[in-house]
Amino acid sequence: MKQIFCFFHPFRCLLHLLLRIMVIIRELNTSQTMVNTSSASAAGIFVGTFRLLCVVLLSALALVARAQDSLSIVIEGSDAKPFPVAIPVFENEASLPHSISEIVRADLERSGKFQMIDLGLLSLPESRPPDLPALASRGADAALAASVLPSSGGQSEIRFRLFDTHKSNNASLGGLSLQATPAQYRLTAHRIADFIYEKLTGIAGYFSSRIAYVVKTGSRYELQIADADGMNAQTALRSPESIISPAWSPDGTRLAYVSFEAKKPIVYVHTLATGQRKVLANFKGSNSAPAWAPDGKRLAVVLTKDGLSQVYTINADGSGARRLVTSSGIDTEPAWSPDGQWIYFTSDRSGGPQIYRTSASGGGVERITFQNSYNVTPRPSADGKKLVFVTRSDAGFQVAVMELASRQVTILTSSARDESPSFAPNSNMILYATDIGGRGMLSAVSADGGIRQRITIQASDVREPAWSPAQ
Amino acid sequence: MKKLLLPSLLVFVLAACESDPATDTAAVQEDNTAQNSVRTVDVGNRQNAGVLPPWAVDPLKNSVYFDYDSYAIRGDARPLITAHAKLLADRPATKVTVQGSADERGSREYNLALGQKRAEAVRQALRLQGAKDVQIEAVSLGEEAPRCTSSTESCYAQNRRGDFVYLGR
Repeated sequence: MKQIFCFFHPFRCLLHLLLRIMVIIRELNTSQTMVNTSSASAAGIFVGTFRLLCVVLLSALALVARAQDSLSIVIEGSDAKPFPVAIPVFENEASLPHSISEIVRADLERSGKFQMIDLGLLSLPESRPPDLPALASRGADAALAASVLPSSGGQSEIRFRLFDTHKSNNASLGGLSLQATPAQYRLTAHRIADFIYEKLTGIAGYFSSRIAYVVKTGSRYELQIADADGMNAQTALRSPESIISPAWSPDGTRLAYVSFEAKKPIVYVHTLATGQRKVLANFKGSNSAPAWAPDGKRLAVVLTKDGLSQVYTINADGSGARRLVTSSGIDTEPAWSPDGQWIYFTSDRSGGPQIYRTSASGGGVERITFQNSYNVTPRPSADGKKLVFVTRSDAGFQVAVMELASRQVTILTSSARDESPSFAPNSNMILYATDIGGRGMLSAVSADGGIRQRITIQASDVREPAWSPAQ
Repeated sequence: MKKLLLPSLLVFVLAACESDPATDTAAVQEDNTAQNSVRTVDVGNRQNAGVLPPWAVDPLKNSVYFDYDSYAIRGDARPLITAHAKLLADRPATKVTVQGSADERGSREYNLALGQKRAEAVRQALRLQGAKDVQIEAVSLGEEAPRCTSSTESCYAQNRRGDFVYLGR
């Protein structure tokens, strides 16, 4: 099953485009008054009109081009029986510059767990109970009644209630009232999608989380942060040298990563809101593979100051580096279990790379992987039940998941060059890097392998993804 | 040995002059030593920069290559390592960075560790042949600095290497 977004609701897209152009014209009228002060009136009107036309045309083109600038997501598989749900246009939604309901629909649909029941231009106001039997007869098992209300200080209030259409009384499954500034509309839409996802699946949503990844364009590298749907991408760091291994702090405000800007690997901690960077580890030799402890006060890093790559713990201010385990070979890629008890890591102590774990306070080492001769990059899920990693079989490098209780391993992907897997904060989806036609791309797969998404940026090489904790 | 004595004495005198009690922690002291020795080494470097033979600073002639998933020094790499070890032994104030690299297959961090293993193997070989620890820093660029970018075995072979890079030039 293959769906490409925006082609899915062509009419709504067109409507939204027209709405956008109207907003642009309105904005232009205000900016026009400033521009006109420097031009003679008659010629000014002509130039102004021409400029207006140009800007409208350019804006329309920009809207088309935008899909190429940002990450676009293609679903390549979905649940066998997706849940039918109606998310109609919110009452009074046209008063907003963004279509919130469209973002909610896209989030839910992209998860592969829902099927959208299209109600056309009908909206269901939040203020009165919808006609549930009518919605059920159109095939919807659940429906969202939602309204946009003007609020003070340029904010809008978005109220919604979710209904089970097969319930005889009009009791809703719950609802919220959210205040949002224009800058928060996207996040608000993701929070609404999280609410619906959790109510209908019993699992927390992940749409309001973020992803970090590295884009290589020519010989330049950018560390970028985007919403979980790939939109709203922002650049945290630009460098002429490679950046690898971004790791989110548990509170989602900082990233630790390895930068080669000084011609050797050095670990930095970067506060996203302020852009402030601090060197975490710059010892003699190489410094790499940062991983935050769940309390955010310490990290595990890999240093070579005493010889080969070994795992150390270090305070978040860069002090107190302490060797955690000792081997005569390579120990690398540490990752803390969410309860802080274990540190998983890759080691070649038995020959090829395999996954091991040790107590976070040091001590004995236990081997975790035994299938295949190459197992790397262990990353535990937030619920502590699963471990995702990369395994090399005859088919190549693929994403595998282990149920930690049973140690049962399942290979989730069928590609050949998969790297850097990480779990969504709900432990249900896995983001990873892959290679299609020689170009780095991001993909996501559900922990049971059933749902797969491809995420692409046009004409760029994307790698080293990391999914943020719950925000 | 006499040549060495004067700069070392200078470092000692400078270090003795600096008795600021605020610079008490180990990390800061290390920095001070580094700063002081940089002054001394600058002089040494000026002497050495002129006499570093052109072959040693040609980036295309100063790589040793490794087999897949291996960090053992190959026989064809020994003459170059011996030449660099002799150069370092003859010029104690000269410092070299050995940059290890790996091909692109597999995990970036594991490849970084593999590159380090290669750089470390070269460092050990230099030491065995007379270079001093303080003269060598072994670092890894992992798979981040490929010399060849297509996904072929001949290309991978060019990316599994150790490079000698001299400082103070």
